[in-house]
Amino acid sequence: MTVLARACAVSRSFGSFLAVDRVDLEVEQGEVVGLLGANGAGKTTVIRLLLGLLAPNLGEVALFGEPPSARTRRRLGYVPQGLGLYDDLTPAENLHFARSVFGTNIGGQDVVVADSRLTVGELPLGRQRQAAFTEALDHDPDLLVLDEPTSGVSPLAAARLWETIRDATDAGAGALVTTHNLEEAEQCDRLVVMAGGRVVAAGTVDHIVGRARSVVVDADEWTAAFAALQRAGIRAALVGTTLRIPSSTATVVRGALGGIGARLQEVPATLEERFLELVAPSAGGSDT
Amino acid sequence: MSWGVSEVGVRFGRVRALDGVSMDVADGQVTAVVGGDGSGKSTLLHVIVGLLDANVGEVRRPPPHQVGYSAAGSGIYPDLSVEENLLFSAAAYGLSPADARARAEPFLDRMDLTGARHRLGGQLSGGMRQKLGVVRAMLHRPALLVLDEPTTGIDPVSRADAWWLISLAAAEGAAVVLATTYVEEAQRAASVLLLENGRVLASGPPADIVEGLPGEVRSLSSRPPAGEAARSWRRGRSWRLWSPEREPSQVDEGEPVVPDLNDAVVVASLRRDLAEPSGAE
Repeated sequence: MTVLARACAVSRSFGSFLAVDRVDLEVEQGEVVGLLGANGAGKTTVIRLLLGLLAPNLGEVALFGEPPSARTRRRLGYVPQGLGLYDDLTPAENLHFARSVFGTNIGGQDVVVADSRLTVGELPLGRQRQAAFTEALDHDPDLLVLDEPTSGVSPLAAARLWETIRDATDAGAGALVTTHNLEEAEQCDRLVVMAGGRVVAAGTVDHIVGRARSVVVDADEWTAAFAALQRAGIRAALVGTTLRIPSSTATVVRGALGGIGARLQEVPATLEERFLELVAPSAGGSDT
Repeated sequence: MSWGVSEVGVRFGRVRALDGVSMDVADGQVTAVVGGDGSGKSTLLHVIVGLLDANVGEVRRPPPHQVGYSAAGSGIYPDLSVEENLLFSAAAYGLSPADARARAEPFLDRMDLTGARHRLGGQLSGGMRQKLGVVRAMLHRPALLVLDEPTTGIDPVSRADAWWLISLAAAEGAAVVLATTYVEEAQRAASVLLLENGRVLASGPPADIVEGLPGEVRSLSSRPPAGEAARSWRRGRSWRLWSPEREPSQVDEGEPVVPDLNDAVVVASLRRDLAEPSGAE
């Protein structure tokens, strides 16, 4: 498979702040790579380095096998979180404008939307996102860069947007997706997890979750169990009327529960639980 | 007590924002209102807390001083500091500054907001603002806590913090209602109300919604035929196909899967679109 984008041991600082620290990342043809991390983890800086909007202090960035430039930028399709469409224009007018500004696909087919008389501002968010995708894909880009691609839309509208992304990658493009939505992250082929400017985990969801386990507490009274765990410095997550405690063991949890009646079970951790363990150990199970 | 709404309808001019919506909200539980942009989530929450009168239907809510509410985007005052935001809100509910501080302190510590005590609301990150909005709404130990998209757009670490607060409020006995666009969060609620275009597509405990999914969901490794496009969707590298009836002779492609809440929610929308093709988003 052809590597479309590659960051190799890339570092970048702003003043004395090291925003990106020896990061490796690759996006191949036909795959969707998810870039995850809490705010301030360095995701945006990595994207800007890959797009050539920032130069690295150390390491190398290659887009389509060469340093990022105006030429490589033509082969990119980028959808920012704010979508970057003009609210007062229809999707078709937005597309004409983008074509004439970038000199791409002039005279190409119009965008097909159900009601083309409506301006972007008048459309529901799902259709706005679809219009932004259509525009970003109009010049058949080889690499898609998508920021929170389905934020705010219904699950069906999200599935339809993912169909568009997958159609592009099936046709040979690659996609780099940043998201805070771990359910969306599970749609990706591979994930790169960042914390404090570094890559702390990379691979498939199964690989990243690995053998991490959580304890599920099914208590007679979940509120009593929650309070007892809280007193013991263990932060439990409420799921329905059960509690989940990541990065712990049934023995530890049993001890903290004292005499409270509960059935305990150790189960595989979720991606979210593993993610929190990787990027913010204090936000997970125990305080100590 | 149990709060909620029965057969509520709201019209804005010719638009039916809510149509025949019923929901029960139990004490000590989290109820999630799930839907995309424009589904009617905020309108429903406005009706529950009393910011908006329904045209028809019945609303059951505790007296105003026992309701806590955080608006979409948190509603934090940008020109007040973190502490001023908390004290102002506490005073409105009759809490003394001393009581408000004692109550807020452990939350702020856990949220890493203690150091930001004197920072202006407008200078907080989105995640901090949302967490502050939740803390502010639960300071006076409300019987009914209503949170409009408290976790939209914030990073997973802040979301875990917000959920810890939400769980704490429920553990104290509050009936918690929250709006969300994330099915992942609905999965964590004791009960879910799925809204689309102002109408209820499904409601109940997540497991019951999945259980009630009619027909069969299959996973396919290649694109289903064009005729089945309206019943199929993409999930990761594969496709999902929903069939209304379990008749293996009709569909021989792919493998049946044990559906999850995401499948159930997507199928609920598909079924509505199949019944009323014009209303599709």
